[in-house]
Formats: sequence, C-alpha cells, structure tokens
Amino acid sequence: MLSPIILSLKIATIATIFSFVLGVWFAYILNKKRVPGKNIWETVLILPMVLPPSVMGYLLLIAFGKRGLIGGFLLETFDLQIVFTWVGAVIASCVVSLPLMYQNAKSAFISLDPIYEKAAQTLGSSEWKIFRTVIFPLAWPGIISGIVLSFARAIGEFGATLMIAGNIPGKTQTIPTAIYFAVESGNTELANRLVMIMTLFSFVLILGLNAWLKKRNYIGRQG
Amino acid sequence: MYFNIKKTLDHFSVDMEYAFDRGVLVIQGESGAGKTTILNCISGLTIPDEGRISIEDRVVFESAKGTDIPARMRNIGYLFQNYALFPNMTVYQNIVYGIKNKPEYKEKEQREDLLNYADEVMETFGIAHLKKKHPDRISGGEKQRVALSRAIVTKPSLLLLDEPFSALDQQTKETIYQQFDFFKKNFQIPTILITHDARESRMFADVRILIKDGRIIEKN
Repeated sequence: MLSPIILSLKIATIATIFSFVLGVWFAYILNKKRVPGKNIWETVLILPMVLPPSVMGYLLLIAFGKRGLIGGFLLETFDLQIVFTWVGAVIASCVVSLPLMYQNAKSAFISLDPIYEKAAQTLGSSEWKIFRTVIFPLAWPGIISGIVLSFARAIGEFGATLMIAGNIPGKTQTIPTAIYFAVESGNTELANRLVMIMTLFSFVLILGLNAWLKKRNYIGRQG
Repeated sequence: MYFNIKKTLDHFSVDMEYAFDRGVLVIQGESGAGKTTILNCISGLTIPDEGRISIEDRVVFESAKGTDIPARMRNIGYLFQNYALFPNMTVYQNIVYGIKNKPEYKEKEQREDLLNYADEVMETFGIAHLKKKHPDRISGGEKQRVALSRAIVTKPSLLLLDEPFSALDQQTKETIYQQFDFFKKNFQIPTILITHDARESRMFADVRILIKDGRIIEKN
C-alpha cells in the first residue's frame, strides 16, 4: 500500500514545482507585458482544465509517444522514454495542474496596485528586482493558493496519467490508479484505505490553506 | 530643470513648457487638469508623445533624438498621492529600498555613509521609532513622512510631490505643513509640487503655474 502513496507524493511534488515555475512565469509575462497572441496562449494554458482527461491523455500520448514529436526526439537524442514511466505521470500531472497555478498567479498579479511597481521604478529598481522584492511577495498569498490547489490536483490526477503512464505497480501506480484497480479486482479493503488517506490528505491541505490565508489577511496590509 | 511635454491621452491632451532652477515649483490645477501626467512624464513613468525633458542639464527625454532614459535611472524622488509604501516591508526597509539600488551601496564605506544618512533623515522627520513597523500600523501623517523620507534619502536631483497633503485630515495637515517648510529650507532639493489647493500653493511656491485642460494659463 505504501508504494503508490510514495510515488503519488513524488510525482505530485515534482509536477507542482514545474507548474509553479511555468504558471508564475506565464502569468507574469502574459499579464504584465504586451505579448502577441495573448488570448491564444491563455486559452492553450487553460484548455487542460476543460478537456476530458482521456483527451488530454491521448494528446500527451501523441506528443510523447515513441513516434511523437517530443517523444521521438527524446528517445533518439537522450535515449529517454516517457510513456509508461513515472516521468510520463509527472508530465500528465503538470499539464492538468498548470491551469490552476496560472489562474491563481494571474489573479494575484492583476489585483496588485500598479503604484508599487511605479514607486520601485522611481527608486532605481530593475524589472527583475521589482518582481523579486515587490510583485512576488505581494502576490504570494494568491501564488500559495495556486501551489496548494495544483498539488491537490496533481496528486488526484487519474485519466491522463493512466493513459500515458499506465498502472505498473511500484513503477507508475499512483493512489488514484491503485484505487481504480483495487475496486476492479474486488479488493475493497485496499480501496477503502486509499480513499480515506486521499480524502483526509486533501481535506487537511485545503483547511490549512484557508486558515493560513485568513491569518495572513493581506487586505489589511495594503497602504 | 526644463520640460516641454506634449502628450495626448484618452480624454484630454497636455502641452506644456517650463524651466526652473531651484526652489519649489508649484503646479496648481483642478483634478483632470493634467498635473499627474506631467509628473509621470518627468519621472519616466509615462512616455510623452513629443518634447524634451532635462534635469540638471542632463537630457532624460528628447523625442527628436529618440532619447528616453528609464525611470529607474533618472535619479528623481517621487512622493505619490497615496504614498505607495510597500506593504510587505517595514518602514526602515521602505526607506533604504532606493539606497540599496545605488551603485555606491556596493562599496562598504559608502554604504555606511548612505545608511547613516537614512538614519539622519529618519531622525529629522521624527520617524526613527517606527523603523520596525509595517505601513499598515502607522498613521496617515507618519506614512506621509516615511514616503517623503524614502523619496529624499537617495539624494535625488529633483523631487516630485503629487498632492502630498490631500489624504491628511486638517489637524495633521497643519503639523505636516510645518515639517514641509522645514524640509524646504534645509534640504534644498529642486521640487515640483502639484496641488489643487490655493493655500498650499501660496505657502510653498517659489514659482507657481496655474494649469487648466493640460495648458498653462498663468505664471507667477
């Protein structure tokens, strides 16, 4: 029972790190800069949130399969196979959690009063320093919401993961896939335990986030 | 300093030219007259459509030659109408923020001088005791003094003050007026102050221009 839990945590953690970096970067670039085709970029980023997981899984299979554009390149150049490996599960989890990270970071950035950025400019700061010392810290509560929700989404990812990584015990079997196959094979005891762990974990995560955000209460700090 | 600014915005346009050497230039006008647009163009936060801006004989903007020095390199102190103190930093962190961006800050001896000067300014404005507080924990008058200190500790070539007294209640205003008078006499930084208040204009102006609909209508 421990193996899918450890693997789920590992996959979700790595996927969340990538979602965080990409989500924050895209949110900043698309909402603070003039980017050509901004709406198209944004739609592509949010698409995984509305597409059925099977469609996402299939698209990832096409892209990362042995004959896929990216998969073929990785196999030929680095002898790296993505399909039916835990790396494939990381990619699936990252793609489906990215919209949550992006949306939260975007809301956090656009709700910031631009006056702080202007003040930092007149005080001699470079764009990177303004991002690091003013924008990012002020947007932090929104970004942390994105991180927590992305992690929760990544750890619960099932459909796309099953299609690209399969269900190989000890190798690619995560909690959601383990639950599905436990139910399929009539092992309700294992399914019950994993469902309980998953529910409890998600509950504590969301409860903790809400408590932290209330405590932080940045609204009172604007000024 | 000299400015000749032409800027068309959605609802109105600004077309102004003026030069002054020292003291306080007050630009007085009703809201929507183009006061903040002028300050934003001078500071580099807004790019004029046409014109020329020079500070201490250094040209920071000239449309004809394509010169546009970014705001961060103009060495201008700017006090915003709502102060714009960074809420994630303490009063002290706010005040030394600009100092840390100066190239001299990298050298140990000069760094100490710069930080000592920041302490001096804080003492002068009576805000040294607020060092560790966050902006949301101090009063409006204190915020104003912190913002002014933050704008002047970098020893700017020009100071821009955007309606610095408008957010204060009458009683606090009177105290701050006295402090501003002290600042004016002791710091000797060329300053542009914009206000809609005729009394403030009379109190602090060495030179005064009245503006309406983006144009100068009176100089004295």
